Amino acid sequence: MLKWLEKNLPKIVMAPAVGLIGWFVYGFVLWTLYISFTNSKILPKYELWGVGQYVKLWGSRKWLIAVDNLLIFTALFLIFCVVIGIILAIFLDQKIRAEGVLRTIYLYPMALSFIVTGTAWKWILNPTLGIQKMFIDWGFENFTFDWLVNREMAIYTIVIAGVWQSAGFVMALFLAGLRSVEDEIVKAAKIDGANLFTVYWKILLPMMRPVFFTSFVILVHISIKSYDLIVALTQGGPGISTTMPALYMTQTAFHKSQVGLSAASAMMMFMAVAAVIIPYLYSELRRENAR
Amino acid sequence: MQDKTYSSYKQLEQKSKYTNMFLRWFLYFVLVIFALYFIFPLYVMVVTSLKTMEEIRQGTLLTWPSGLNFDSWLVAWGGRGYGAGDTFLKPYFWNSIKMVVPAVFFSTFIGAMAGYVLTKWRFKGDKWVFLFLLFGCFIPYQAILLPMARTLGVLGISNSVIGLVLVHTVYGIPFTTLFFRNFYVSIPSELVKAARIDGAGFFKIFFKILLPVSTPIIVVTIIWQFTQIWNDFLFGSTFSFGEAAPIQVALNNMVLSSTSVKEYNVDMASAIIAGIPTLIVYVLAGKYFIRGLTSGAVKG
Repeated sequence: MLKWLEKNLPKIVMAPAVGLIGWFVYGFVLWTLYISFTNSKILPKYELWGVGQYVKLWGSRKWLIAVDNLLIFTALFLIFCVVIGIILAIFLDQKIRAEGVLRTIYLYPMALSFIVTGTAWKWILNPTLGIQKMFIDWGFENFTFDWLVNREMAIYTIVIAGVWQSAGFVMALFLAGLRSVEDEIVKAAKIDGANLFTVYWKILLPMMRPVFFTSFVILVHISIKSYDLIVALTQGGPGISTTMPALYMTQTAFHKSQVGLSAASAMMMFMAVAAVIIPYLYSELRRENAR
Repeated sequence: MQDKTYSSYKQLEQKSKYTNMFLRWFLYFVLVIFALYFIFPLYVMVVTSLKTMEEIRQGTLLTWPSGLNFDSWLVAWGGRGYGAGDTFLKPYFWNSIKMVVPAVFFSTFIGAMAGYVLTKWRFKGDKWVFLFLLFGCFIPYQAILLPMARTLGVLGISNSVIGLVLVHTVYGIPFTTLFFRNFYVSIPSELVKAARIDGAGFFKIFFKILLPVSTPIIVVTIIWQFTQIWNDFLFGSTFSFGEAAPIQVALNNMVLSSTSVKEYNVDMASAIIAGIPTLIVYVLAGKYFIRGLTSGAVKG
């Protein structure tokens, strides 16, 4: 008995982690999947109902707006975060004085919650006393900036706040990537007459492919899950113009009591994330095996 | 003749020096502009929280406050004292502390053990077990909200700090395991093998050999978990309301409550109070914070 215990101790110690994740992640996802095929309203029903919820979901105007917003947000969020992140990383890589201070400033938003920063941006972007008033007081009398309360433009305020929060993160990833490149490569290129621009454009950035890939995965993942920022900034408004899938899911579940429908929307999000993450994990694992 | 080439070379050198200087200035200019863009919201928050509503209406976002006026901070923290309907952050701040401390402790401990087994007591299929846990880092939590709400209800801990401790512990495990596993992989297994031959047991090896060198990764993990759990809004707002809510939920409720006039100064003071703990940790231990951030993203 004691011998058995000793031999299996590592597995016993491992058991809580595996058990908890097995139950609370995999078990729960399967439960949600099952419920998405039922006609559950306030309380879950366990009678299978087919794909009715998915049909309903993709016929819902609000969901289509949410998906549309997600695509717009993801595209802009990705582009701006990566461009700003790369510029900052390359510039910081030029033996800059006060690099530590600048880096700290670029990255501090990552330490704050989206609720905190959303509250700040909401105040800054509000049309009555925020940025608009600042410019009018400076003498630009016809200056208007009402994106926050404008149905067409409100989604872009979420992009502004989201990029502000996450661009520093991309900078950190690229800076770490650039620093890991051997100095010799850069020196050799310079001796061959390449200027700094060519060195980065032709040599270093192409070497950063894994970093691009990682940033892409992380940023898409953040954007599919984005919820807090929208709650703090617009609550999905004006109207339903800034609804995103995560907000749709919780509203449908907890305000409208459409448990089956919200489970279907949750599964759509799950599949979107899986489509990005599984290839990523696969390639990471292969790289590790190759070492 | 030689003189001439020399002087033209000199000229060329001078010229490239100028372009170089121009480039340097351009570099610093861009970096500072971005720094201002990043610092702007924080500046506005602090300045606004120190103004009276009268000053806010008269000035602009950037206007310097007339004095150090901490009234709105006091209101945000302790309320106005008129009883019902007076929401302020103090009780929720403590809720968050009561939630964060045990959740960070349990998730870190479980992750350390899992990382230890996965690297130093390898068994058949351990790679799959790691992948099994790792996937938990990435699932969108919307896919587990509904069953979690029911489970907490069945256990009788919905709308309580204990419930949130459980939720944060469980969903922290994939991250903590990842951190410890990647750290312990880099520690030579020969040490462990030698200790095993000497007859040291499972726990003795952990406490005598691995734990003493684990300080950096423990710091990284604690900071990561602290930041994540303190800043969480999704779980907090879904599984708790009213008195058991953590601070981010309370902050959001305070800002959204549309009673009477909007008090931006109190809103900003509240936001700063909710953000200050993680901000302090970031300033003091930024190095470890960044390590967590990048290794949470890039494994190995």
